[in-house]
Amino acid sequence: MKSSFFPAAVATLALSFGLNAQAADPVKVGLALDLSGPFAVGGAEARDAINLAIKLLDNKLGGYPAEFIQADTAGSPDQARQIVQRFVQRDNIDFFTGPVPSNIALAVGPVLFGAKVPYISSNPGPSQYAGEQCSPYFFGLSYQNDTWDEAAGQWASDQKVKSAFLIAPNYPAGRDHLGGFKRTYKGEVVAEVYGKVGQLDYAAELAQIRAAKPAAVFFFLPGAMGINFIKQFVAAGLSKEVRLITGPASAEEDTIAAVGEPILGLYSTSPWSHDLPNAANQKFVSEFRKAYGRYPTFYAAHAYEAIMAMDAAVKDVKGKVDDKDAVLKALKAANFASIKGSFKYGNNQFPIQDYYLRVIEKNKDGVLTNKTLSTPLKGYRDAYYTQCKL
Amino acid sequence: MTPILFVEQMLNGIGYGLMLFLLAAGLTLVFGIMDVMNLAHGSLFMGGAYVAAQVHTSSGSFVAGLLAALAVVLLVALVLEALLVRHLYGRDHLAQVLATFGIILVADDAVKMIWGPAPLMASAPAALAEPIEILPGLPYPSYRLLILVVGLLVALGLYLLVNHTRVGMLVRAGASNRAMAEFMGVRVGRVFSGVFLLGAALAALAGALMGPITAVQVGMGEEILIPALVVLVIGGIGSVRGAFIAALLVGLVDTCGRAFVPMALRAVLPPAAVSDVAPLIAGLAMYALMATVLAFKPAGLFPARG
Repeated sequence: MKSSFFPAAVATLALSFGLNAQAADPVKVGLALDLSGPFAVGGAEARDAINLAIKLLDNKLGGYPAEFIQADTAGSPDQARQIVQRFVQRDNIDFFTGPVPSNIALAVGPVLFGAKVPYISSNPGPSQYAGEQCSPYFFGLSYQNDTWDEAAGQWASDQKVKSAFLIAPNYPAGRDHLGGFKRTYKGEVVAEVYGKVGQLDYAAELAQIRAAKPAAVFFFLPGAMGINFIKQFVAAGLSKEVRLITGPASAEEDTIAAVGEPILGLYSTSPWSHDLPNAANQKFVSEFRKAYGRYPTFYAAHAYEAIMAMDAAVKDVKGKVDDKDAVLKALKAANFASIKGSFKYGNNQFPIQDYYLRVIEKNKDGVLTNKTLSTPLKGYRDAYYTQCKL
Repeated sequence: MTPILFVEQMLNGIGYGLMLFLLAAGLTLVFGIMDVMNLAHGSLFMGGAYVAAQVHTSSGSFVAGLLAALAVVLLVALVLEALLVRHLYGRDHLAQVLATFGIILVADDAVKMIWGPAPLMASAPAALAEPIEILPGLPYPSYRLLILVVGLLVALGLYLLVNHTRVGMLVRAGASNRAMAEFMGVRVGRVFSGVFLLGAALAALAGALMGPITAVQVGMGEEILIPALVVLVIGGIGSVRGAFIAALLVGLVDTCGRAFVPMALRAVLPPAAVSDVAPLIAGLAMYALMATVLAFKPAGLFPARG
């Protein structure tokens, strides 16, 4: 009795240890998503793309079992900070991504950096993290906030657009985006107008545009603001004489669906577009369309790529995610096929990448969507990298 | 500044003012005559916008949307009046504010439940998509012209109703001295119900018309309630004529603040300072107007009550 019990007990113990070792092992990823609140549209896109990436990777990262913990920030920096503290203290996460707005990125960053958790940003690229407050734990996978505006300014200069009228909401990001445009635009800025955040009626601003007779209008008006601005711009008959230029925040599928036909002919710059011809992108876009029946937005694209970046890094360190130095080195190497065509990190861990110019047209299936025309900025890096001591 | 820009901004200001008038007229009727402070007026406005947008997108007919909005909101107002507002007559204003504020919370959540938290994108009718050239070099959005026409017609209709009908006489009597009107045998209850329904219909009309210009979203009623209350205070509580003049003033001052203040400041200040200061001044213009008016006429421009 005793002799037969002992080996069985040892075997059971060994088995349970083995199981325990496996159960404790999965790579843990914290995902703070803006599923409700003012950034819910971008948040839903990010969530869908992340779920798609997880499915395609079969719930693994680099071939190793992974656990993905999702939570809703409600678009609130305070709530996001609490979620991240829980992620760090209770769940012991190895990677973090998710939030859409810059103010949440700035709120949760210090918690993550203090706990030495790599934060791969799927959208916000605040100038602080690109410059003086840069951190070895922050990876601005998407873009630095000013860069798409710099691409727009560059393109407008290349096109010899003589004068531009600029409009944005009156808050820090609004000023940053218009600042980015002015950095590269060589023509005359006839006016720089700041409206209320959340403003939906632009009659007074449109009249100023008509009176100023600019060659182009550059605007940064995310969400419903941009949707209404474009509609009213066209309804006022301005689209016949004035070229409308913006960034991806007002030129992707969510805005196209809301505005409809009047959005035809809208020019925008972006580090990514759904029609970029590289294989990684085509696979992402077709899988996304198969899963959700629509084209992805740039929110979805960068969220998908954030998971792919983790996948590549875990593969590089052979699952040893506790070796922080090795993980950071692997993340910075970015050993994945980027859906953006060109992509690598600069010293501040923000991208050196191409920026594309798109226009919204009807494609051959009669669907209103973006078409990539040119690359105004090639291998471009942000304006803040010299201030970063990394 | 070119004459064209001036004309266009005046039209913008008058259009916004007429929308405010539709809201404020209902508020001032209800408050001035029934002495009920109805904060839920904005929720009726929101209800009108949602129903109109929903019916317009599913039926394809803008007019059907408008009529449905009026019908549904009138029905809701009828129930609201019978179940709640009726019990508030004669209570103090604090009770009225608390009760009708409660309705706002319920209405916002009900709308979220039915239509979800994302805004609806109402569109102007296709026939009004193209601008009309009202002056050489000034194409103006035809939908905004429609709003101008409707706003003026309603103002005219209310003027005739209040000043040239028997109902209007009772309303005016109630507004200027309620106790005396009751004493003289006015059937107050019935007039009250009618007035409340008329106010609700005006709010629904404003909501349905505003939807395609702004976005139809939860909380839109509270946002517009503040300028509507400013109109009420400037115009003098209970006076439809006062509400009309005050609404046009607020509309013009708000639009001019956004349009001309930055232009004027640019002449004297560097551009960076203008972009800091101009939005602040524009945001304050409406309140500055209110403060100025109240400094000289504490009861508003055309007080209905002595």
